[in-house]
Amino acid sequence: MSKIPERPLNGDVEDDDEDEANDGLEAWERTYAEDRSWEDLQEDESGLLRPIDDTAIYHAQYRRRLRALASTAATARIQKGLIRYLYVVVDLSKAASERDFRPSRMAVIGRQVETFIREFFDQNPLSHVGLVTIKDGIAHCLTELGGSPESHIKALMGKLECSGDASLQNALELVLGYLNQIPSYGHREVLILYSALSTCDPGDLMETIQKCKRSKIRCSVIGLAAEMFICKHLCQETGGTYYVALDETHFKELILEHAPPPPAISEYATANLIKMGFPQRAAEGSVAICTCHEEAKIGGGYTCPRCKVRVCELPTECRICGLTLISSPHLARSYHHLFPIVPFDEVSPSSQNDPHNSLPNICFGCQQSLLTQGSKPGLSVTCPKCKQQFCLDCDIYIHESLHNCPGCESFRHSKSVIAAQ
Amino acid sequence: MPSAPSKLYSDDVSLLVVTLDTNPFFWSTFSVPFSDFLSQVLAFLNSILLLSQLNQLVVIATGCNSCGYVYDSASSKNHVSPTASMPALYSNLLHNLEQFVARDQKLSKPDHDTRGIVPASLLSGSLSMSLCYIQRAFRSGSMHPQPRILCLQGSADGPEQYVAIMNAIFSAQRSTVPIDSCYIGSNNSAFLQQASYITGGIYYKPPQLDGLFQYLSTVFATDLHSRAFLRLPKSVGVDFRASCFCHKQTIDMGYVCSVCLSIFCERHDKCSTCGSVFGQAQKDVTSANSKKRKA
Repeated sequence: MSKIPERPLNGDVEDDDEDEANDGLEAWERTYAEDRSWEDLQEDESGLLRPIDDTAIYHAQYRRRLRALASTAATARIQKGLIRYLYVVVDLSKAASERDFRPSRMAVIGRQVETFIREFFDQNPLSHVGLVTIKDGIAHCLTELGGSPESHIKALMGKLECSGDASLQNALELVLGYLNQIPSYGHREVLILYSALSTCDPGDLMETIQKCKRSKIRCSVIGLAAEMFICKHLCQETGGTYYVALDETHFKELILEHAPPPPAISEYATANLIKMGFPQRAAEGSVAICTCHEEAKIGGGYTCPRCKVRVCELPTECRICGLTLISSPHLARSYHHLFPIVPFDEVSPSSQNDPHNSLPNICFGCQQSLLTQGSKPGLSVTCPKCKQQFCLDCDIYIHESLHNCPGCESFRHSKSVIAAQ
Repeated sequence: MPSAPSKLYSDDVSLLVVTLDTNPFFWSTFSVPFSDFLSQVLAFLNSILLLSQLNQLVVIATGCNSCGYVYDSASSKNHVSPTASMPALYSNLLHNLEQFVARDQKLSKPDHDTRGIVPASLLSGSLSMSLCYIQRAFRSGSMHPQPRILCLQGSADGPEQYVAIMNAIFSAQRSTVPIDSCYIGSNNSAFLQQASYITGGIYYKPPQLDGLFQYLSTVFATDLHSRAFLRLPKSVGVDFRASCFCHKQTIDMGYVCSVCLSIFCERHDKCSTCGSVFGQAQKDVTSANSKKRKA
C-alpha cells in the first residue's frame, strides 16, 4: 500500500518526459525514439525514478570543450584563417538513400548542410562557399563560390535526389580547378560528406590527392557509413580531418566543427594586405541605378568610395573598379576570434560558505539567484578578471554567443587593463 | 516570476530592457537637466507597464564607471511601495538609481587623470547585461514575452568599446532581439545607428527634448507585433565606415590584414595585431586581376 502514492508520481514524470521528447512524432516513430529511454532516468534517494538532471553534465561537457579550445589557442599562434574559400562536396550516390539515418542519409545531409552554411557565414563573414554534388560517377558544380547563404541552401534543396556511384577523383579534380583561381591569401578548403563505401574513378586517385596537396587545399571528410582508407589517406596528406558520424547529432557536431576558422598555417596562405572600401549606406528614399542588377532602385544600397557607383549588397566586389567592398560590421563579426574571453573559474558550493567570501549569490548577468532549493548555493562560475559571479546558463551564453564578459565591460578600471593588453 | 499566467502570453506582451545613461560628465554639460529627462522617462516606463499587465520592465543604469540593475518589475519586492505617497515603480527606481549614482561616483575617484576629456558611458556593459537577462527570459519556457532593448543614450561613443559593442549587437541579432535607440546627444551615435540597423530596431534622435515623453510613447512604446502596422521613423543612412587600428581615424578606404582582418589606413610591412609579415606587396594587383577573371 505504501507504494500507491508513489505510482502516479512516477508515471507523471515519465509522461512529461515522453511528451517533450516525442513532440511531433508519429506513433510508429516513437518506438525508435523511445529506444534506450531508460537511460534518461535515475533513482533519487527515496527510490523514485526521476529524469536525469542533465544541466550539470551538459555544463561539464561544455567546460571541457572550452578548456580544450583555450589550450589549443595558447599553444598555436593566435592567427586564424579568416578568409576561407570552402567547397562542400555532397555525395548523392545511391548510398545516400540508405535509411540508417532517419528519414534518409540524404535528408539528414540536406538539413545539416543548411545549418552549417548559416553558421559558417555567421562566423566567417568574408568567406565564400561553393557546393558540389557527386551523382552517377560525375561531379557537378551546384553553386559557385559565393557569399550568400540563401542561394546555396535553395540550390541544394532543389537538387536532393540520388543515383549511381560516387567518384572522389572527379569531385576533387573539379574543386581543384575552381580553387586554383582564388587569391593567395585565401584558405582553400574542401569538406566532403561521403555516404558511399567505394569510389568509381576514371584515373589514379593518388595522383589527384598529391595535386591537392601541392595546391595547398585542406581536405576534410565526414563519412556516413564506415571508415575508408582512401578518405583517411586524403585527409592525412592534405592536413584535414576525417571522422565517421555515428548518428544525426554526432554528424551535426562534426559538421559544425568546420564552422569556426581553422588556425592559419602560413605555408597554406600568404599574409597580405588587401585594399578594401567601406561604403556608406544611403538614406531610405534616395534613388539610384545599381550596377549589380542594372535597374533604378529606391532606397537602400551602398556607394563605392572609389568610383561612387551604387551596389545593392555587401560584401561584394565593385563591378567598375574591382575594389572589395565590405561594411565594418562584417569585419567586426570575426573580431571575437581574435580577442576571446578567458574561461571562467568554477566556484565550488563549499567555498561559498566561507564567511569572509561575500559573493552576493546572485548572477551578475541575469540577476538569477544562484541558490538552489533549500537555499544552499548551487554551482556557479566567476570571471578571473572582474571576479563577478555568473550562473551556468550565462556562462555558456557568454562564451558561445555574446563573447563579452558583462562584468569586465561594466567597470572602467578593468577596461583599461584589457585595453593595455 | 508569475508562472500561472505565462500560458496567456501572446505576441504583444513585451519584456522591455531599458539602458539609462547616467554619465554625470554628459549631464553636467547638457542643456536639459537630468531630473527633467528622468521625469519624462519615468512616465514612459509607467505607461509601458500600464499597456499590459503582463508586460515586464527592467532598467539598467549605464554609468561612466559601472553599470547596474536599478529596476526589475518581475522581482516581488518592487510591487510594494515603501512610501505611500509614490507608486512602487517611482520610489524603488529612484532609490536604486540614487544608490547607483553614488556608488558610480565613488568608483571614479581613483583615476582623476582624465580631466578635460568626457569619458564615455559603459554602453557595452549594460548591453551585455541586458542580453544576459533576456536569455534568462528565453530559458523560462516557450511562452516567454517578446524581448527588446531600448537604449536611452546621451554621451558620445567610446571607441575603446567598439569590439565589445559589436559582439553584443551580433549576439542580439542572433537571438532576434531588436535594439531600439533614442539618442539625445548632439551628433548621431554611429554605434547605436549600427546596433538598430543590424538588429532591426529603430534609431531615433528626438529633435525637441521638451516633448521627449511624446516621442518615447509614440515611437518606442509599441510592441513588436504592432510595429508592422505603424509608420515609424525611417533611417537616415547608417555610417558604416570603419576606424583604422593605427590612428583611430575614420576611413572609407583602407588596407585589411588577410589573417586577422585588422584595418589600417596605410600600407605596413607587418601587422601590428597578429604579427604576420606581409609577403608580396605587388601581389595585391595580381590577385585582384585573378579575382576579376573569376567574376
